[in-house]
Amino acid sequence: MSVLIDAGTRVICQGFTGAQGTFHSRQALDYGTRLVGGVTPGKGGQMHLDLPVFNTVAEAVISTAAEATMIYVPAAFAADAILEAAAAGIRLIVCITEGIPVFDMLRVKAVLRDSGSLLIGPNCPGIITPGACKIGIMPGPMHTPGHIGIVSRSGTLTYEAVFQTSRCGLGQSTCIGMGGDPIHGIGFIECLQLFEADSDTHGIVMIGEIGGNDEEQAAVFIKQHVSKPVVAYIAGVTAPPGKRMGHAGAIISGSQGTAEAKIHALESAGVKVVHSPAEIGSGMLSVMKP
Amino acid sequence: MHLHEYQAKQLFSEYGIPIPAGQLLVHSQEADGLLRTLGGSAWVVKAQVHAGGRGKGGGVRRIVDEQELRDAVDTMLGSRLITRQTDTAGLPVNGVLVEQTVAVAREIYLGMLVDRAQERVALIASAAGGMDIEEIAASNPGAILREIVNPVVGLQAYQCRNLAFALGLEGKQINAFSKLLTAAYRLMLECDASLLEINPLVVTESGELIALDAKVDLDDNALFRHPQLAGMRDIRQEDVRENAAQQHGLNYIRLHGNIACMVNGAGLAMATMDLIKLHGGMPANFLDVGGAATAEKVAEAFKLILSDPQVEAILVNIFGGIVRCDLIAEGILQAISEVDVAVPVVVRLEGTNAEAGLALIEQSSLAVLTASDLTEAAEKVVSSLQEGGG
Repeated sequence: MSVLIDAGTRVICQGFTGAQGTFHSRQALDYGTRLVGGVTPGKGGQMHLDLPVFNTVAEAVISTAAEATMIYVPAAFAADAILEAAAAGIRLIVCITEGIPVFDMLRVKAVLRDSGSLLIGPNCPGIITPGACKIGIMPGPMHTPGHIGIVSRSGTLTYEAVFQTSRCGLGQSTCIGMGGDPIHGIGFIECLQLFEADSDTHGIVMIGEIGGNDEEQAAVFIKQHVSKPVVAYIAGVTAPPGKRMGHAGAIISGSQGTAEAKIHALESAGVKVVHSPAEIGSGMLSVMKP
Repeated sequence: MHLHEYQAKQLFSEYGIPIPAGQLLVHSQEADGLLRTLGGSAWVVKAQVHAGGRGKGGGVRRIVDEQELRDAVDTMLGSRLITRQTDTAGLPVNGVLVEQTVAVAREIYLGMLVDRAQERVALIASAAGGMDIEEIAASNPGAILREIVNPVVGLQAYQCRNLAFALGLEGKQINAFSKLLTAAYRLMLECDASLLEINPLVVTESGELIALDAKVDLDDNALFRHPQLAGMRDIRQEDVRENAAQQHGLNYIRLHGNIACMVNGAGLAMATMDLIKLHGGMPANFLDVGGAATAEKVAEAFKLILSDPQVEAILVNIFGGIVRCDLIAEGILQAISEVDVAVPVVVRLEGTNAEAGLALIEQSSLAVLTASDLTEAAEKVVSSLQEGGG
């Protein structure tokens, strides 16, 4: 078991024939992802990486029964690509593209509310179920099949958590990178819900950062609905207010979004918050039931 | 991206939001005859800088004649303005906005911004205008009125009326306010503004609504579709190093410590800063070299870090994903041999080809310390400082 994706998940790539799409599609195929085709408008009917190219997502879905997509199209066209995937009935939309305008995302989210599609990202590393399916830009080899669910707002910090949980022998059930944008798809609460319900996930790592109040809301949810051990790390204790720390979403505005407030909320909910990014793995190990 | 008040007011004017009669001055000679052109009997001179709190910092002056105008312009132009929102060096005043004063009956706060939790644009208004919205929120949260806009249908007339009546506006002001709000929302949407603030929006003694101040921030991600707005950027208001960084695809923010760090990924960069602090040091900067770090980028990053005289040690923390650590190591060694690095450097590499990368560094004759994990890296860089500094 795992969450959202497994070895059977049929995946397409939007922006398939571009440089990014090609590179990461090849990596996904090497990892064993069941990639069944891709979409590049105007190149329908061609073959790319020995897979069919379609003009539209709708055609791709009809021909391949794809249920998930990974999006590598440029920022100016990414909102359109997400909406096209949703309209075609794609269940899981993973948008890797960074730099999408905020107003584009507001419109996308308003439409997605009434659709059956789930969005991961944008501006994220993607999702991986180790040994089964990789949809995104994360390096596959460091992942180990196991029992820790990881959810994170940051890419390289996710890799840090993966590396540490692999090294201490716990491995991962599924890792989800939510992305660093203020307006994004799947959030901590949905991921926690999925991990709580997944029999193969025995513990959860959540990695947050300054900005917004996603972590505070997650803390409330954990207190009421999560029985599995949760370890959290929050980046940005030393970040000054008003300065955007790389991610568009990582900014302390006024009294909102400080690391202290998030850490306090999570600790109050019984979460083990590690104060060093080097202690994510050992922290998880310490709270796992023998 | 921040706009100056005068730029925001240009946009207001284009969208039909009433503003006082005014003129931007960048040379003191331009003051000649200006007051006659503007008309009226009293004026205000406002320093154009990317920071709030100008009034208390001496950046806003009321004047009544040509001599006072000249004094104000001569004092402000070319000076640096320090406010509670700037650092101690302040920001350069390269322009002043001279405006006719208006007879104010009351002041209203009006703001529009993207509410992250709602995933919609929120309109915020308060009868307690002139004050900082954070102060109002803290001292009297009940005084803050909100309307949330559904992006599918846009701002509705009833939402404007809701706010207008709650603010105690009356008669013709209700329609004027609705028109102003609708125009402001259209501006926000069409210009991809992430923030639009009118503080204060005043009701004049004759009952008119006028935007006395204007603050507009634009969404950097959307600038590609607004070349004209992108051209309004004033880099003189921005940090020199942060600008240089941006040109090389680096994300740099200067802080006040003495241990510089160079990291790939924004989250890991923040975590590295935190780690330095946790081990008793103080980070000198935030620096994300990005997911596609190259040897050239690493070299530029070193130059950037070393241009800060506060820096006494450097911690490099790279988690190789798509990026290979051996290539990064080559970049580091190349940079150190090219740039004169006189401070201790500690390198932690993990992920793809990390062992090969570390081996390259250890085999080199350059004085670079390597660390096998995050904790060791932080400890080494902090202690290198203590040893070096005595």
